[in-house]
Amino acid sequence: MDNKLKLDLLRTMLEIRKAELQLAILYKHGEVPCAAHLYEGEEAIAAGVCANLNDKDCITSTHRGHGHCIAKGMDVKKMIAEVCARKTGCCSGKGGTMHMFAPEKGVMGTIGIVGGGMPIATGIGLALKMQKTDNVAVSFFGEGASNNGTFHESLNLASLWKLPVIYVCENNGFATSVSAARSTSVKDISIRALGYNMPGVTVDGNKVDEVYAAAKEAVERARAGEGPTLIECKTYRLRGHFEGDDCLYRTKEETEIAKQLRNPETYWKNCLIIEGVLTEEEYQQMEAEVDAKIAEAVEFALNSPKPEGEDAMTLYHTPLF
Amino acid sequence: MAARKIRFVEALREGMRQEMERDERVFVIGEGVGPHGSCFKQTDGFVAQFGDDRSKDTPISEMAISGCGVGAAMMGMRPIVDLMWIDFMTLATDQICNQAAKLNYMSDGQVKVPVVYRASSGASMSNSAQHSGSFYSWFANIPGLTVVVPSTPYDAKGLIVSAIREESPVLYFEHKRLLNTKGEVPEEEYTVPIGVADIKKEGTDITVVATGVEVKYTLDACKKFLDKEGISVEVVDPRTIWPYDKETILNSVKKTGKLLVVDEGFRVCGFASEIVAMVCEEGMEYLKQAPEQYNTVHTTIPFAPAMEDYVFPNPAKIADRIRKMVAK
Repeated sequence: MDNKLKLDLLRTMLEIRKAELQLAILYKHGEVPCAAHLYEGEEAIAAGVCANLNDKDCITSTHRGHGHCIAKGMDVKKMIAEVCARKTGCCSGKGGTMHMFAPEKGVMGTIGIVGGGMPIATGIGLALKMQKTDNVAVSFFGEGASNNGTFHESLNLASLWKLPVIYVCENNGFATSVSAARSTSVKDISIRALGYNMPGVTVDGNKVDEVYAAAKEAVERARAGEGPTLIECKTYRLRGHFEGDDCLYRTKEETEIAKQLRNPETYWKNCLIIEGVLTEEEYQQMEAEVDAKIAEAVEFALNSPKPEGEDAMTLYHTPLF
Repeated sequence: MAARKIRFVEALREGMRQEMERDERVFVIGEGVGPHGSCFKQTDGFVAQFGDDRSKDTPISEMAISGCGVGAAMMGMRPIVDLMWIDFMTLATDQICNQAAKLNYMSDGQVKVPVVYRASSGASMSNSAQHSGSFYSWFANIPGLTVVVPSTPYDAKGLIVSAIREESPVLYFEHKRLLNTKGEVPEEEYTVPIGVADIKKEGTDITVVATGVEVKYTLDACKKFLDKEGISVEVVDPRTIWPYDKETILNSVKKTGKLLVVDEGFRVCGFASEIVAMVCEEGMEYLKQAPEQYNTVHTTIPFAPAMEDYVFPNPAKIADRIRKMVAK
């Protein structure tokens, strides 16, 4: 990893974190019409994986997808405008927080149905292979989705056909309100790869260098035609399942400890300072730049027009009724 | 020279084959579409002609296969996903109804999902409760999906070609009892437009809107009984369940003043109810009497032949319904 990449990873994580914190405020102010699912604490996964991808590589994401969109290069203004249901959003207000697209950047959809993205990513991988490209597809999903049939069907197919797909499981400990201990028969999701004859690895999802390295290997394998990989990133969902979640299924102490111990930006910032890649002053400057960028995006969103009711019909194919 | 007559399944296969020859983005994916050539030989010979990759056998993984269709279609391919039997599509409904149907809209048109989902449907030979479904109306209820139900070999070929060329998802249902019926089919490629009905028989006493195999059964009822009795039936085949051809249906009812809809799907919230509702809303002044529906009995489909015969429409029972309506 060169120094530029190291700093880019930190900047991407900060952008995601700051955007999510602003969206939490916008939600409280009534600017976000639906309770958003925020990604705070999981930034290292999106940043570490997407740093290995180019614009022609594709991702599918989840209901908790803002971070993936930013890391994959979606314009943060359009992302925040979409979450705020504005006409200038990435889907003109038709998709919303759970359904975001930027195909020119390879964001082929954040999918609101848990587990729904994996078969689609598998099909994208199939197309990329049939079209004889060396591009890859990445599917982000949680440990909850790894209990869905789509996970098992998709991994079997991708392995059978050696598709260029990387399945990235963000094991954040909770499937909506149900803890992994209450829902999942294995401790490490990665061992499920064994059942499908593909490599499976577990990394610390709060350490962007670990995520980056695992994804790099998987992406290289996929580009070389050697097939899929399952990467499990252990992390922790610092916020509730959605904004406003009372989180009765876990203790406040647990979340407070996680906040102290599992901050991917602090970890990586400290690594870079110890290595001499970054000074505290440079960090402050980076943070100020990111704050300014996100503030500009928020301003853009709030100054953007809201769609009119009849804008709902602009794509109606069969106006019989 | 007499026109060539071939079977429905051959016409469907020819339509897919010609599209695969014309456009290398088109491929078939599904359980048994490989060397076996599909359950009813719909893809017979495809592996030899196009190779394993374009007539791609899959595991029994309806969610993954149907999602592969979505993903590949978004990337510019033209997948035909063969889900074998309509009954198995219940396993694929998230990918069909939440993903394929909606991604174009959710993305505000940034992605397109030109995928075809095909399955055999309908009653046939004691296939019983879990292999006799006709629930295409479910899918017509989802904005973003087009649903076609051809009834003749000619329409089977023309509609599969149109379905493959559509820019949005199309569900194509081939009734098992139609697969071996013969009809005139041109050798060259042609399309049957989606959303356009066909008057399969002109008449003056009553309009029968029939779908799939019920088109054949209604025509059989005319040939066997009603023509001789002097009852003149107009048989309208919508061919497309959604979007359906309002104008042709309303014009026919305007002419005859009577409407019977015959559909193998169940009545409740089904296609027949939709047509009756539409005609009542938009063509009440044409109606001389209350429109009627004739559907499969609202029950789980039984196994024993006598019970199976009892629950499904057939030509004799359709003739009875028509006689009663015309006599009123």
